Amino acid sequence: MTQTSTPSTRLDTDDFLVVENLTVEFPTPDGPVRAVNDLSYSVGMGETLGIVGESGSGKSVSSMAVLGLHDMQRTKITGSIRVGGTEVIGLDESGMRKIRGNSAAMIFQDALAALHPFYRVGAQLAEAYVVHHPSASKRDARRRAIEMLDRVGIPQPDKRVDDFPHQFSGGMRQRAMIAMGLINDPSLLIADEPTTALDVTVQAQILDLLQDLQREFNSAVIIITHDLGVVAEMADEVLVMYAGRCVEYGACKELLTHPEMPYTWGLLSSIPDVSADTDARLIPIPGNPPSLLDPPSGCSFHPRCAHTDKVPGALCATTLPELLPGGRGASHLKRCHLANPDEIFARDVLAEIAPDLVEETP
Amino acid sequence: MFAYIVKRLLAGMVVVVLISIAVFALFWYGPESPARPVCESKTGGKCTPERLANFEKSLGYDNPIYEEYGKYAKGVFVGRELTIGTQRIDCDAPCLGYSFKNNTLVWDDLVKRMPATVSVAGGGALLYLLLGIPIGVAAARRRGSLTDKVLVSSFLVVSSVPYYLFALLAWIYCTLVFEIPVLGSSGYTPFTDNPWKWATGLLLPWLCLGLFGCTQYTRYTRGAMVEALSEDYIRTAKAKGLPASTVVYRHGLRSALVPVVTVFGIDLGVLLAGTIFTEKIFEIQGIGLWGLNAVVAKDLQVVAATALFGAVVMVISNLVVDLIYSVLDPRVRLS
Repeated sequence: MTQTSTPSTRLDTDDFLVVENLTVEFPTPDGPVRAVNDLSYSVGMGETLGIVGESGSGKSVSSMAVLGLHDMQRTKITGSIRVGGTEVIGLDESGMRKIRGNSAAMIFQDALAALHPFYRVGAQLAEAYVVHHPSASKRDARRRAIEMLDRVGIPQPDKRVDDFPHQFSGGMRQRAMIAMGLINDPSLLIADEPTTALDVTVQAQILDLLQDLQREFNSAVIIITHDLGVVAEMADEVLVMYAGRCVEYGACKELLTHPEMPYTWGLLSSIPDVSADTDARLIPIPGNPPSLLDPPSGCSFHPRCAHTDKVPGALCATTLPELLPGGRGASHLKRCHLANPDEIFARDVLAEIAPDLVEETP
Repeated sequence: MFAYIVKRLLAGMVVVVLISIAVFALFWYGPESPARPVCESKTGGKCTPERLANFEKSLGYDNPIYEEYGKYAKGVFVGRELTIGTQRIDCDAPCLGYSFKNNTLVWDDLVKRMPATVSVAGGGALLYLLLGIPIGVAAARRRGSLTDKVLVSSFLVVSSVPYYLFALLAWIYCTLVFEIPVLGSSGYTPFTDNPWKWATGLLLPWLCLGLFGCTQYTRYTRGAMVEALSEDYIRTAKAKGLPASTVVYRHGLRSALVPVVTVFGIDLGVLLAGTIFTEKIFEIQGIGLWGLNAVVAKDLQVVAATALFGAVVMVISNLVVDLIYSVLDPRVRLS
């Protein structure tokens, strides 16, 4: 994560995807909706970035901009997105098509809706292959489709290749979706809530599969989710989004154990823990995500934040905090006015959600 | 699949039988004796009560209705012998009766008139699709643009004009006022006589049917396309790097066609059952005009035949739509 104002060592040439000051705006009859606001991050080969946030926080919108999937007539995009060194903002359609599904691929949630119901799974995979390998014969494409289905763990791939999506189970459909995303060996894979519609055991299988494939292909992966459990398992780095902005960014373990932004605390507090006392309370974040048509003044999170009283003056309501390093090193950034977030987290938040951990912490 | 078709055909036959009973009963129990029009025409308007009674007796209208319907139904399957006054006529299966007005066997007339109606309906229906679908797709791709708004509103204007007025004005202006070559000389020539005259004579009727009917196909297609293009799988197709035309046609239109085909099957059935206004305005001797004249002349047997024909066509076109449906959408299972 880098901001142009705060250059750090992370902005190196090895990063396959570099997003800088990305802003995505949709003009609507009621005024512009700024779905993504001044977002910057980068992902290197072999790395996984987890983007976390509530619905409408701009997770998917920012990732779709990477592949240029927005209707350009209805979207205003500024900033810079470089995929493998190519600037994609302002890139023409034919240039964009060479990247889509080729060097950068995306897999979507709800594979039943994301696969075409009228075409056989194999035909949809082959189509993705042929479009970037125009010289490949039909038989080559089919062989490649079977190979990929086999690779993602579909039993009897040579038979199932001729099935329609509705003949697959939910987990198999998501596997087929992943196979389609990886069929051209992309350097960047964006997984948009890949496990949302699946039951827990299948979720775990799909996540394992994604990890295996990443190791095998050494690709850069962005995993978009609202599930911190998925992030904890998959990501090397985590970016927390709120109301279109990055509010916290850091290495996965660091961020999950020492979160410095009250919104991240809220996300952590609202995760159920299987091993916890069954009487333990789940603490939801009060209120609703803000309207992006009329975002709150100052920090977007302040109307829902329980800790604004710990900031002197009405700073939270008047001034947008910068995304800056907190008290735990230059690579952990937070967008919050709180001066001593670690202390407050240990004293007020951890005590409530995991009292046993507080005693261990000195 | 085969069992499904047989089942559907049997169910269709029940529908056809019920319709034929309804039409038969309508005339039988109507305000006037069904024999009166025959009597009036045969006696030159001097139909006395005695003569009417004679006609009723000779036509069998003094028998109970089920007996006469039974004879009628038997005629359809095995043929029968008809008695008209003093004449005896052999009516082979499928016997649909005898038209006192035209002095012909109804089935023979039906067969003679079918090519004209099929020609008019087929060409018109083809234009529904050839005009309606591409315009609908174009409007959906430019949704919200000026082109879209102009297309949608101008088509709304066209489709709110009554069709008979639309066709009549087209005929008057093309034939009488401007005497446009080709378009101005409409009429039916059998295809086997002269294919060129067949096509040119039907051009104006086709255009009338097509231009008027395509407006609703544009609306259906536009609606279905707008919906299809907002589906998740369209986003997937774009994310694969497919060209825009492949995304729109192979992925979008393929889904949008399903509801359009459903409507088309039924419309084609309606057209084949008789394009009444078109045939009347352009003087085409098809089934629609035949049926219209029969209603005016109270020619029971012909009216019953056109109703029966319409029912059969609708049953078949509905079945064909369902079969096409299962081909278009692999999720549909016929059973």
